[in-house]
Amino acid sequence: MAIYSTNEFKSGLKVMLDNDPCAIIENEFVKPGKGQAFNRVKIRNLKTGRVIERTFKSGDSLEGADVVDVVMQYLYSDGEFRHFMVPDTFEQYQCEEKTVGDASKWLKDQDSCTVTLWNDATLSVTPANFVELAIVETDPGVRGDTSGGGGKPASLETGAVVRVPLFVQQGEIIKVDTRTGEYISRVKE
Amino acid sequence: MSKEWQPTCTSDVLRLRAQLYNKIRDFFSERAVLEVETPLLGSGCGTDPQLDFFNTYYCTPPLQHKLFLQTSPEFAMKRLLASGSGSIYQICKAFRNGESGRFHNPEFTLLEWYRVGFTLPELMDEIAELMFLLFKNYIALNDPQRFSYQEIFQHYTGLNALEFSYKKYSDYAQSNNVADAVTICGYDHGLWLDFIFSHNIQPNLGQNAVSMIFGYPACQSSLARINKDNSKITDRVEVFINGVELGNGYYELTDAKEQSKRFDEEIAFRRQIKRPVTVKDKHLIAALEQGLPECSGMAIGLDRILMLMTGSSIIDEVLNFPIHRA
Repeated sequence: MAIYSTNEFKSGLKVMLDNDPCAIIENEFVKPGKGQAFNRVKIRNLKTGRVIERTFKSGDSLEGADVVDVVMQYLYSDGEFRHFMVPDTFEQYQCEEKTVGDASKWLKDQDSCTVTLWNDATLSVTPANFVELAIVETDPGVRGDTSGGGGKPASLETGAVVRVPLFVQQGEIIKVDTRTGEYISRVKE
Repeated sequence: MSKEWQPTCTSDVLRLRAQLYNKIRDFFSERAVLEVETPLLGSGCGTDPQLDFFNTYYCTPPLQHKLFLQTSPEFAMKRLLASGSGSIYQICKAFRNGESGRFHNPEFTLLEWYRVGFTLPELMDEIAELMFLLFKNYIALNDPQRFSYQEIFQHYTGLNALEFSYKKYSDYAQSNNVADAVTICGYDHGLWLDFIFSHNIQPNLGQNAVSMIFGYPACQSSLARINKDNSKITDRVEVFINGVELGNGYYELTDAKEQSKRFDEEIAFRRQIKRPVTVKDKHLIAALEQGLPECSGMAIGLDRILMLMTGSSIIDEVLNFPIHRA
């Protein structure tokens, strides 16, 4: 794998730190006029998702991490693993439930999502920014009430619960932003 | 179409820079300090182990002479002082290779001045006056603060900056979120001071005030004089406002032998840390042998002054064409 010096630590670069794959978030050059130059770097550990701050002597380097994002189709869960497929090659990957974590509540069979691979093994799963899911349970709506205020909880087919406006009915399909968990609109079929 | 040809600063900042230079020129003109201009290309260069230079070649076939873009105008200005110029100042470009970041551009603007007969405390008075003048109507500055390096270090960390203790320094780093210092600094006292000062002290200095830190540990200076009462510290001052380092000043070293010895040490250290080798400036040594008058000198980064005046978070906002657009 390539070696990257502190000068090359750009946001998004994937490197190995303490044996874990990490992504650079921010890199600040700190140098007292007459002193040693340092780089204060904000890094996300891609295994744990934790963001940490580390300091390096300028010019020090880290090994690159073989981390790639691949768009895959979600296939199914066997209870222990979730299974994904690369549409072009039909290559399949599996990912432990606990690694999928919160993303699982947005995963619907056949939907596309981004699977992050490290050394060709699944590292994390990111759902599409917007997903369209059916409401399986919500309180009876108030027809004609199109006001934005209030709202009610609605359970979706994948297990997620989101707040929806009062006029939205059980059985309808809605569009949700998975980054915020917020309702966007109804989807006409 | 690409916008790369355009300046990264607004036209307001261009005007502000021009006004800033005018104010500085008025300030020194009232005090009868002479404006000078010295070469940006020199046959010698600063030996400071932490500074990297740009070099180029002066071609007069069949000969080629290696020349250095100056990391500061210090050496040439001291040669003027030795020749009897009296107090002088200069606004000029300086070049430091590899320095690029929120507060750094490899080509930047310095105000550097030397006051013949001034001691360090007198220089500090003048720095405070100049800062008040420049920031008037931009930042309402409180009374200037003066702290010794040892005092401020003790205040923020509880550590003694002049006495290195691996255990005490490491314990401090472990319990203050800078554990990386232990692996990076090891037993290098100077490196520890740079690390802790820049991470845990500097950001707190000079909240809406000119904060002047003086009496730097002896291991932290190349051209300042050792304090006559305490050989562990040097007569060096650094100036901060709102956590930003603005400049550095010395009660200047006038002893040619001592200067030559420090150059040799620095060149040896540069070799050891595998930095490009510099050439000792023989003209400066000769000038010091002739005799540099007792004086104090200061260098201030004018781009950073503009950053503070405009509340900019990145130096590009006060430069027209930073290095990536140069």
